[in-house]
Amino acid sequence: MVDLSINLAGIKSPNPFWLASAPPANTGDQVMRAFDHGWGGAVWKTLGDQIVNVTSRFGALDVGGSKVVGFNNIELITDRPLEVNLREITEVKKRYPHHAVVVSLMVETRDEWRDIIKRSEDTGCDGLELNFGCPHGMCERGMGSAVGQEPRVLEEITGWTKEFARTPVLVKLTPNITDVRVPGRAAARAKADGLSLINTIKSIIGVDLDKMVPYPVVGTKSTNGGYCGPAVKPIAMHMVAQLAQDAQVRLPISGIGGISNWRDAAEFMALGATSVQVCTAVMHYGFRIVEDMIDGLSLFLKDKGMNSAMELVGRAVPAFSEWGQLDMNHKVIAHIDELRCIGCDLCHVACRDGSHDCIHFHKEGSAALVAQEEKIRARVGAPPAARIPYVAEDECTGCNLCSLVCPVDGCITMNDVTKNKEFQSWNDRVAQYGSAKAAVENSPRMWKDKH
Amino acid sequence: MHVTTTISFQSQLPGDRPEVRFKDHHPSLTEREAVLEARRCLYCFDAPCQQACPTSIDIASFIRKISTGNTLAAARTILSANINALSCARVCPTQVLCEGACVYNHRDGSQPPIHIGRLQQFAMEAAYAKNAVASLLGDKRASTGKKIALLGAGPASLACAAELTLRGHQCVILEQRALPGGLNTNGVAPYKMKADVGLLEAEMVLGLGVELRTGVTVGKDVKPEDLLAEYDAVFLGVGLGPDGRLAVPGEELAGIIGAVELIDQVKTRGQPLFEGVAHAVVVGGGNTAIDVARELRGLGVPEVTMVYRRGPEHMSAYAHEQDGARHDGVRFLHWHVPVRFNGEGKVSSLTLARTRLEDGRLRNVPGSEADVPCELVAMAVGQGTLKDLCTAFAGVDFRDGHVVVDPDTGATGNAKVFAGGDVANGGKEVVNATAEGKRAALAMDRMLTGA
Ligand SMILES: Cc1cc2nc3c(=O)[nH]c(=O)nc-3n(C[C@H](O)[C@H](O)[C@H](O)COP(=O)(O)OP(=O)(O)OC[C@H]3O[C@@H](n4cnc5c(N)ncnc54)[C@H](O)[C@@H]3O)c2cc1C
Ligand SMILES: Cc1cc2nc3c(=O)[nH]c(=O)nc-3n(C[C@H](O)[C@H](O)[C@H](O)COP(=O)(O)O)c2cc1C
Ligand code: SF4
Ligand code: SF4
Ligand code: SF4
Repeated sequence: MVDLSINLAGIKSPNPFWLASAPPANTGDQVMRAFDHGWGGAVWKTLGDQIVNVTSRFGALDVGGSKVVGFNNIELITDRPLEVNLREITEVKKRYPHHAVVVSLMVETRDEWRDIIKRSEDTGCDGLELNFGCPHGMCERGMGSAVGQEPRVLEEITGWTKEFARTPVLVKLTPNITDVRVPGRAAARAKADGLSLINTIKSIIGVDLDKMVPYPVVGTKSTNGGYCGPAVKPIAMHMVAQLAQDAQVRLPISGIGGISNWRDAAEFMALGATSVQVCTAVMHYGFRIVEDMIDGLSLFLKDKGMNSAMELVGRAVPAFSEWGQLDMNHKVIAHIDELRCIGCDLCHVACRDGSHDCIHFHKEGSAALVAQEEKIRARVGAPPAARIPYVAEDECTGCNLCSLVCPVDGCITMNDVTKNKEFQSWNDRVAQYGSAKAAVENSPRMWKDKH
Repeated sequence: MHVTTTISFQSQLPGDRPEVRFKDHHPSLTEREAVLEARRCLYCFDAPCQQACPTSIDIASFIRKISTGNTLAAARTILSANINALSCARVCPTQVLCEGACVYNHRDGSQPPIHIGRLQQFAMEAAYAKNAVASLLGDKRASTGKKIALLGAGPASLACAAELTLRGHQCVILEQRALPGGLNTNGVAPYKMKADVGLLEAEMVLGLGVELRTGVTVGKDVKPEDLLAEYDAVFLGVGLGPDGRLAVPGEELAGIIGAVELIDQVKTRGQPLFEGVAHAVVVGGGNTAIDVARELRGLGVPEVTMVYRRGPEHMSAYAHEQDGARHDGVRFLHWHVPVRFNGEGKVSSLTLARTRLEDGRLRNVPGSEADVPCELVAMAVGQGTLKDLCTAFAGVDFRDGHVVVDPDTGATGNAKVFAGGDVANGGKEVVNATAEGKRAALAMDRMLTGA
């Protein structure tokens, strides 16, 4: 059996799948049901001074028939009394001693932090998460992302919490900054035990074009919300990888942002996350999605010959590098499989209008067309040979575009034609020729002049 | 004689006509269904579906517009190519036209081709429901003062008249029947389309400012030479002639009726039909024969047998229609011909002989005669032609069952006379009649305006 258990800065859980601090982790009832479904941990919905919410407060981005590709909210931290939350956390921890229960916190003054950390840790929780990420409402009151965007303030407050806390402290970062390494390093300097990211991205999810009010509509107005869900995953993964690689950070990471299934989780882990947190996917489909995550990750690890989830953590980090370190001699060329092509000609128009115009059709009456017809003769249901395009190999720049738009799996492949050329990065080339200009002059031309 | 500009012909249809008992095989899509189906379309480049549409509707573009919720603009795209798009959506044999060419047919078969007809129907129904069709067609050009007479109010003449009217010419349609629409009103199988839809579409065209005179039989009530003298141009859209007969003894008995005549009764007349008919025989192997047979079954005739003189592979009916008939419980008697109808005043049985090919010639098998009971016989052995009417226009040539025309313009041997639809193509589909009507209108417009 593959060992899915993890240890993140001393916080242990039976698997890397945690509920993010959000509505699914709002109550003891929810968290316990989630654990029963298989979730390994939960970061409780952020505690702090009690607030009141507005309605409505969620919005969603649907793309091409897929619902909730992106999600947005304008809700604040927990709206339930602190005592109720603390009582329920105590109860959960008592009933589920081996699951990770992390308490998310957001208050203002040093005294408030001292007080809430003490009361939280009295529940028996496994760790604390500092919510320096909420980009709506709370930040107007000087908390949430207002802290995450000010490295010095972040460092100071994290420092206080480290003074008071007995359990590990995770700093939850906001993506609403230019370089996530800056707040990440500030947290590291303050001796945080780990990082959680990302929180939501400042956003407007859409506009009601009849009312002329952005979504989500609150009467006659709206406000910027926090964006999350599958659409933010690439942004989140980049930030996770940047921090995982940074020599001045060196902290374990809880990855968050658009995770919906085992594959998303595996990708975050390969990029350096030890645990992963999920909000939107649970809000969309419920706790039951974790069953696929557990099975999928176990089978994947087994398939790759890994015995534990911890072995996966950071596997792809070394391969994430600067552009200047990429191999300039590596070359791929697109190839169309005429036995799969359905003749939609999307690759042709994409390459013509969006890349380098390298995908053509065999001319009527040409020998090449006759040869193409010969090749597809035995294929049942083949499109007309004249609709099956070909890639001019001497023109193809290897950009991938055609293979990305082709609707048929495996029809366009990008074939490696590097041959035996040695690795040479751009940096190597600049070093060899003395300047960027000289390096360009000594590089083979990638494009063809067609005029 | 009735002179009509705008009037509700639909209200003239008897409410108890037999066709209302048929279930609609073309139910409307909901908006959500349409958008989901539209999103399946790949938006092919130089799309093969468009090439396969006789009216060259820009299918990829209109489907994309449906997918973005831009339904009326989708209808505009459709109408700009095909004014009879509402009926075409329902009656076109899409399997052998647009949908037959869809690239999905070249996939692995896991997904059907895009339901282009149903999407077209969705867009057109939305446009009709919003009463937006006329405004989508744009403003009429200034009056040219030219007058055109169109013979027959079928799809060909309607398409021709609509285009000419939008180009500023004054159109008068002469129709022998009481209702416009041609076979769209009184011929198409009721499970595909009922008469009111054909009438709705005809009313829309008339609403553009086309004058309709019903109850006028050209050649009888009006002389061709008078039309040539009074009008600047004439369009022949009279379709095919009356039902053909076999010249077999007993054919004058009651209960033996031409197929198109019988379908007309089903669609537009309020008579109780087929009372006490236990066995019906349909003679013929084309699409009309199939339609009649399926309609008789649909109206409750217990036993319906199609008699065809050759084998299934020789039938001109579409394979999907033959399957449909079989599915409806129609029996097929291939390799048989009627030699005699029997009965006292009314048909009660039919004597059939078996047939076979001898040296490529079809012959009756001697001694193979046998009687089958039948109280109703539908003769679907082709329709006659209106050669005499057409050639009464000086210079118009008639050969191989149709007016001789220039396929690009519909021009005949008389410079003022154009033709399109069944009378010019020998009998095809509504969509061909529509394409030819429009093509002729463009050529007539060039001739009339000297452009
Ligand atoms: C039973 C049947 C089912 C069919 N089903 C389909 C189908 O499902 N899908 C499809 O696409 N096609 C179908 N067709 C074919 C389609 O109906 C025709 O191709 C199409 O209607 C031809 O249009 P048209 O305008 O040329 O002629 P028509 O629709 O035949 O219209 C001709 C008009 O001219 C009038 N007319 C004739 N002579 C005179 C005269 N002397 N004076 C004045 N008026 C005159 C007639 O009354 C008629 O209204 C079917 C045909 C039949 C017979
Ligand atoms: C409705 C809603 C409320 C949220 N509330 C909080 C919160 O109170 N504290 C917090 O740290 N993050 C909060 N988040 C952010 C999530 O914890 C998480 O960081 C973000 O949604 C990205 O993950 P996802 O893509 O799986 O949703 C909230 C998110 C949503 C959608
Ligand atoms: S995109 Fe793919 S299926 Fe379509 S024409 Fe190109 S290779 Fe063929
Ligand atoms: S890889 Fe890029 S350049 Fe090459 S054929 Fe495909 S789209 Fe064109
Ligand atoms: S061929 Fe099919 S998939 Fe392609 S544009 Fe036409 S309907 Fe869409």
